[in-house]
Amino acid sequence: MSTFEFLLQGLAVAAQPMNLLYALIGVTLGTAVGVLPGIGPALTVALLLPVTYKLDPAGSLIMFAGIYYGGMYGGSTTSILLNTPGESASIVTALEGNKMARAGRGGPALATAAIGSFVAGLIATLALAFVAPFIVKVALVFGPREYFALMVLAFVTVSSAFGDSTLRGLTSLFVGLTLAIIGIDQLSGQARLSFGIPDLLDGIEVTTLAVAMFAIGETLYIAAQGDKGPDKVEAVKGSVWMNAADWARSWKPWLRGTAIGFPIGAMPAGGAEIGTFLSYAAEKRLTKHPEEFGNGAIEGVAGPEAANNASAAGTLVPLLTLGLPTTATAAIMLAGFQQYGLQPGPLLFATNPQLVWGLIASLLIANFMLLVLNLPLIGLWVKLLTIPKPWLYAGILLFATLGTIGANPSVFELGMLLAFGLLGYVMRIFGYPIAPVVVGLILGPLAEQQLRRALAISQGDLTTLVASPVAVVLLLIAAAALIVPLILRARGRGQVLSQLAASED
Amino acid sequence: MTDGNKPASATRRPDGAAFVIAVVLAAIAGVIFWDVSRLAGAAGYSQVGPTTVPHAIAYCLLGLAIWTAIEAWRGEFPARERQEVAPVVWIVGGLAAQMLLLKVAGFSISTGLLFALTAAGFGKRKLWITIPVGIVLSFVIWVIFSKLLQLSLPAGPLEHLFF
Repeated sequence: MSTFEFLLQGLAVAAQPMNLLYALIGVTLGTAVGVLPGIGPALTVALLLPVTYKLDPAGSLIMFAGIYYGGMYGGSTTSILLNTPGESASIVTALEGNKMARAGRGGPALATAAIGSFVAGLIATLALAFVAPFIVKVALVFGPREYFALMVLAFVTVSSAFGDSTLRGLTSLFVGLTLAIIGIDQLSGQARLSFGIPDLLDGIEVTTLAVAMFAIGETLYIAAQGDKGPDKVEAVKGSVWMNAADWARSWKPWLRGTAIGFPIGAMPAGGAEIGTFLSYAAEKRLTKHPEEFGNGAIEGVAGPEAANNASAAGTLVPLLTLGLPTTATAAIMLAGFQQYGLQPGPLLFATNPQLVWGLIASLLIANFMLLVLNLPLIGLWVKLLTIPKPWLYAGILLFATLGTIGANPSVFELGMLLAFGLLGYVMRIFGYPIAPVVVGLILGPLAEQQLRRALAISQGDLTTLVASPVAVVLLLIAAAALIVPLILRARGRGQVLSQLAASED
Repeated sequence: MTDGNKPASATRRPDGAAFVIAVVLAAIAGVIFWDVSRLAGAAGYSQVGPTTVPHAIAYCLLGLAIWTAIEAWRGEFPARERQEVAPVVWIVGGLAAQMLLLKVAGFSISTGLLFALTAAGFGKRKLWITIPVGIVLSFVIWVIFSKLLQLSLPAGPLEHLFF
């Protein structure tokens, strides 16, 4: 069957009334939580994962995809109106968007962000549908050593290629990898690092870790900054609709942003924010109104927002086809698959095509729903921004613990939540990135499995890891991604990299 | 929160807290070596077994500990913002209260306390208002999630009063 037929079949799955309802609930919840300041898509997905526990896999993943896309849309609203980006991928949007809002052009800024997200989401999701089968074909010939090399590459790019310190990125990653070996070893059945505690035999739950690090760690950090006065929410004045000039200046940045964002998201190269920075730089160079940049140029909102959503869809390429999460959000989505015993990867396309294609098709539908939800109903979401901080964070912690209690109502699990929350807080104080811990925890066991398989096949001969050209190339890229930033930082050129820091997404 | 690589300045001196991090990393590596040593006999005929990867991770952690110690010595860690202790204590207290009371008092009461203590951490210290608000809110959420979405949330005296 061709991709097109698969996609049609997926649309039939996604268009079932119950699945449409799940998608609608997902995008609504995702937008609502994503709009809240301080909550990015990673946390949105982690907080809402327990909501989907009791659903069937297809329905739950469809709701999940809606939450993911909704969180991406919601983030732009926060950064335009509040100048506190809810997610790292929206930082650039805040640069020009907040200036536009202050100048009374918040409406068109929100509109170009929403429509740009829609255009990018649509094109990128279609690109995902057409690229995925090719990668699946390539991935089918991958053996354990190629997978291992791929995971090493993902480890390096997530932890140390961007951000301001190779040392702290790698330390975060190894904290995650250490947490990953807790529990029963999948291949030999031996208990490792569990110290005779039965609760630890199952290992550490990715959702517990992610919620603790992102929600509790962040809440503690914000609280510890003391009262710095209320954030100013810019009111949306005038029409939310864009005039002809806005359209004329927006459509090219949308397309360019999509073209930049999708490949970057699809490569195992870390977060969505890199694409947004590149898109912003491109728009700044190509604009006919250079004087407006820094004072609220609409291109500076349209391009990065499109790039942001295109890379969000792009991230799903390695996740679905290779089972390789390249962002914290994708890592939590992988946990969402695993709760149903599904392992994303080439086999899932063969064994469960209805599920995969239903998911991809539901992304298209979710995108339409989000456009409708975000343009006319924008006033409703803006109200969420005016919730005072004490209630907001009290509510966030309520939901954070609700998820953990719902998954496993034990005192021990809540104790771990508190402990990891404190760990996340301390890591924030010292400038350690959080995402590598989460990616290390979920990817660690998979990488270990592949490594031990590869070494078992070669009877312990380490050279087998570099005996295939594909693996060699991947490992060389990984080495370059580790060494080049080190040299750049040593020569004082690190500022660019720290701007590209993947702090949350 | 991270200010990137600051230019060299006179304030650079060995960073005590960063040394503590180095020691903690080395200690984690030590724990891994100790734990894995119990499994050494189980490796079987090939050299690759459940101990291979933990060993590799422990050696890397040792390396990172040394690297951290060097950066700590040179004072290369980014400047830290001043942290207020009181709000952190309020919130940690709230989480601890919820953890300890969950089985006894049920979801609504324990989570209501967490809600109120977190709000207190952010400056709303009127506990006689925030605790009831938190308990009512938690109860509504308990009804939605355990009755409609069938999530198993522990029930206590308050929940048993209504259901």
